[in-house]
Amino acid sequence: MASEEEKKAVFDAESAKEVVKELRASFAAGKTKSYEWRSTQLNAMLKMMEENEPQIIAALRDDLSKPELESSIYEIAMVKSSCTVALKKMKHWMMPEKAKTSLITFPSSAEIVSEPLGVVLVISAWNYPFLLSLDPVIGAIAAGNAVVLKPSEIAPATSSLLARLAADYLDRSCIKVVEGAVPETSALLEQKWDKILYTGNGRIARIVMAAAAKHLTPVVLELGGKCPVIVDSDINLQVATRRIIAGKWGCNNGQACVSPDYIITTKNYAQKLVDSFKCELERFYGKNPLESKDLSRIVNSNHFARLSKLLDEDKVSSKIVHGGERDEANLRIAPTILLDVPQDSLIMTEEIFGPLLPIILVHKVEDSLDVINSSGTKPLAAYLFTNNKKLKEKFVATVSAGGLVVNDTTVHLAEHTLPFGGVGDSGMGAYHGKFSFDTFSHKKAVLYRGFAGDAFVRYPPYSRGKLRLLQALFNGSFLGIIRALLGWSKS
Amino acid sequence: MEKDLGREITEIRECYRNGNTKPIAWRRSQLQALRSFLLDYEIQIFRALNLDLGKHYVEAFRDEVGILKKSVNLALKDLKRWSASTKAKLPAIALLSYAELVPEPLGLILVISSWNFPLGLSLEPLIGAIAAGNAVVLKPSEMSPACSSLLANTLPKYLDNQAIKVIEGGPAVGQQLLQQKWDKIFFTGSAKVGRMVMSEAAKNLTPVTLELGGKCPAVLDSLSWSWDKEVAVKRIVGAKYGSCAGQACISIDYVLVEKSFSSTVVELMKAMIRTMYGDNPKESHSVARIINKHHFLRLKNLLTDQKVKDCIVYGGSTDEDSLYIEPTILVDPPLESAIMAEEIFGPLLPIITLDKIEDSIEFINSRPKPLAIYAFTKDEVLRKRMVSETSSGSVVFNDAIIQFAADTLPFGGIGESGFGKYHGKFSFDTFTHYKAVARRSFFTDFWYRFPPWNNHKLELLEDTYGFDYFGLLLVILGLKRSRKTFHVN
Repeated sequence: MASEEEKKAVFDAESAKEVVKELRASFAAGKTKSYEWRSTQLNAMLKMMEENEPQIIAALRDDLSKPELESSIYEIAMVKSSCTVALKKMKHWMMPEKAKTSLITFPSSAEIVSEPLGVVLVISAWNYPFLLSLDPVIGAIAAGNAVVLKPSEIAPATSSLLARLAADYLDRSCIKVVEGAVPETSALLEQKWDKILYTGNGRIARIVMAAAAKHLTPVVLELGGKCPVIVDSDINLQVATRRIIAGKWGCNNGQACVSPDYIITTKNYAQKLVDSFKCELERFYGKNPLESKDLSRIVNSNHFARLSKLLDEDKVSSKIVHGGERDEANLRIAPTILLDVPQDSLIMTEEIFGPLLPIILVHKVEDSLDVINSSGTKPLAAYLFTNNKKLKEKFVATVSAGGLVVNDTTVHLAEHTLPFGGVGDSGMGAYHGKFSFDTFSHKKAVLYRGFAGDAFVRYPPYSRGKLRLLQALFNGSFLGIIRALLGWSKS
Repeated sequence: MEKDLGREITEIRECYRNGNTKPIAWRRSQLQALRSFLLDYEIQIFRALNLDLGKHYVEAFRDEVGILKKSVNLALKDLKRWSASTKAKLPAIALLSYAELVPEPLGLILVISSWNFPLGLSLEPLIGAIAAGNAVVLKPSEMSPACSSLLANTLPKYLDNQAIKVIEGGPAVGQQLLQQKWDKIFFTGSAKVGRMVMSEAAKNLTPVTLELGGKCPAVLDSLSWSWDKEVAVKRIVGAKYGSCAGQACISIDYVLVEKSFSSTVVELMKAMIRTMYGDNPKESHSVARIINKHHFLRLKNLLTDQKVKDCIVYGGSTDEDSLYIEPTILVDPPLESAIMAEEIFGPLLPIITLDKIEDSIEFINSRPKPLAIYAFTKDEVLRKRMVSETSSGSVVFNDAIIQFAADTLPFGGIGESGFGKYHGKFSFDTFTHYKAVARRSFFTDFWYRFPPWNNHKLELLEDTYGFDYFGLLLVILGLKRSRKTFHVN
């Protein structure tokens, strides 16, 4: 008993090395390459989700007080859907892609072959602990890799559930879950991986990428940012408000990387917007939102203190127009709206990641584009509610973010045909659907030539004549080639 | 010097922010200007390459100028198509009414190029970065000074100086540049420097493409037809010594051959070298020079070990004054020797003999993944095994180096040979952010998206997210009840 605890207690660089060694051996033996293995694992994962729904929901409740519906849809259903898409399309994804060849390599044929990278590391986050752990793992498996998953220690119940379920359902010799915090993660980061996919914040991302640099390991970094929402005036206000609420408080109580962070609207429209929010928020969460079962809690006291600090700042505390109630014992903060906060306040400087929604005011709605673009960073998502076609076009043309949604929030995540990832400070690389498969694959170029048809012009001894022929060859013009051969070239 | 650099970078960033580089017209004009440069300055380019590396003008055209002209023409031809948004397929009942992928430039790009193909490796990424609408700073290698100053002095006459700059310098300048904030860094060079580039990039979360190298093997199967043997050897010899004298990331580093075939191969190679370069290759001026004394001595030292020297079957002579090393063939140097442990990057060709050619797979797999694997064989089984059992940036059958010219194939490495890819549209992609843009109308709404939650809504959402339309219909019609009980927390 004691030795098992001891074993559990110390996961250091040696242990990490052993894990990688084992997975490399499995990969080298070809275990993960076959279509059969990949589909067996994905089917097992589907079964794992189906047979353990109550436990998953309970773990999410323990870690985040996540409402059952959010757990069922945003974590369980999305993982299942990801598995299903991969199972359905994997065969097609695995097929080599024919590539056209040109006169320069004539005669030849070419293709691009997708091969697994090898042994990959997925480091997940605490806010959607199931989804952000398993969605990348699905991609890694579909692409034929061996995987180590390191779930977040800030969601301990889901972390240990994941470890237990993975060991029970998936191929332990190729897919491992390593639990732990900073020491364990550091031990893992010292090893050589063929790719690392990290979901989390910019500070840790820099550490991950620096560690990866030592081994020339490519990385995908899924980070966050302040996702703005521009609200124009001539819209269906009720629908817009509901959609913003669904994206903000309906997504882990604002603790989501794509959650609307702040709103920009015109001075004239602000009051209408605030009134609409008040009305819909009460409709959704009742008169006592601190007690609503349909809202996640704040994940831990660190984040509670961080969010409290944002509200307590002098220039901001007077701007609260709705909510602001806090229950420290239960780690709950009510949906809070602040109107006309100064842009240099703390709440407008860092990513909020909580149930506070500041509203910034501008004179005309077009000015909101400048507010976003002058922030100096590119967010993971940006949202616009409008019926104005010109504004839509300008928004798409000038706002750079991982993804944009017009007239809704966050829903683009559910679409498997859209790449999900950031740009600039919000990250690099993307996944979901085929993008997951591609991100964990090496696209190997294969060129087939025969021994016939040798272009003698390539080889020494060199001459002016050969130069002319080469020029014609590169130009792709048959006529040029004939002329060069006959010595009629222009040069 | 540092203050100037910072200011220059700020200026370029301002230029990008003003939107100068985004319009297709601007990109087109820059690419056309680049094409004019390649046309107008062809002689000067040949001269610079000859000065820096002793490259013959045919080699310079074949490996650099010709390729660049082809690339810039392709970019001009396909620019509109590449920069257009593409619609994303959506399922019949989707949460979204419309979705597309919009290509947008990343912003400010740093291209750090290498000395062996100083024009090609500088301008090929530049073409991609411009086509994608970015502002660019190019730092050519100081080790090929004639080409570096040709680029620094001439490109400003052709390109938009506000948005595209050439900054010359060595490691110190490189360091300073790396400390600035970029939206992407494209690096071609050694793995050692690649690690440093990526470490610096990590501080700003800057994505990178690293085009590195490795020991690219050529597997030469025992061919029976004499025509095939001729062509194979011609291509191997031409690729090894004819492309910057073996100083290329995709050069054939060493050859793997069956013991029984090796003496035939050696004889054929000797004859081929004489055919291509004459009896005195130095006089032919068709073999490039070694870039500098440091690399010359490095290569010379690979041959000092007596055990290695004894394996030389052809060539081996060196001339420090002219930085010339003769095309050299060795047979079975010891595998622990430096010549077999490090990337050679020079005109020395070890031939390693194996009992059977299939052993080459294990030989290759026990070493770091190279940028390319070449296999000369007509054996279908061996071919399939090479593709599926080895890993490399690319695989080429029955030829070498030529994959560089195929712009429908991604060019890049894996593992120690790097990551990221370019050439053709892949160049455009590597400097582009594909922004997902989704639209919804106000009309369609799934009322069950919003709290307060209950069983009914749960079932509906599950069916929606699972694209189970039939189930959805049944639930709405009240013909299907939720299988689960909704727990009150």
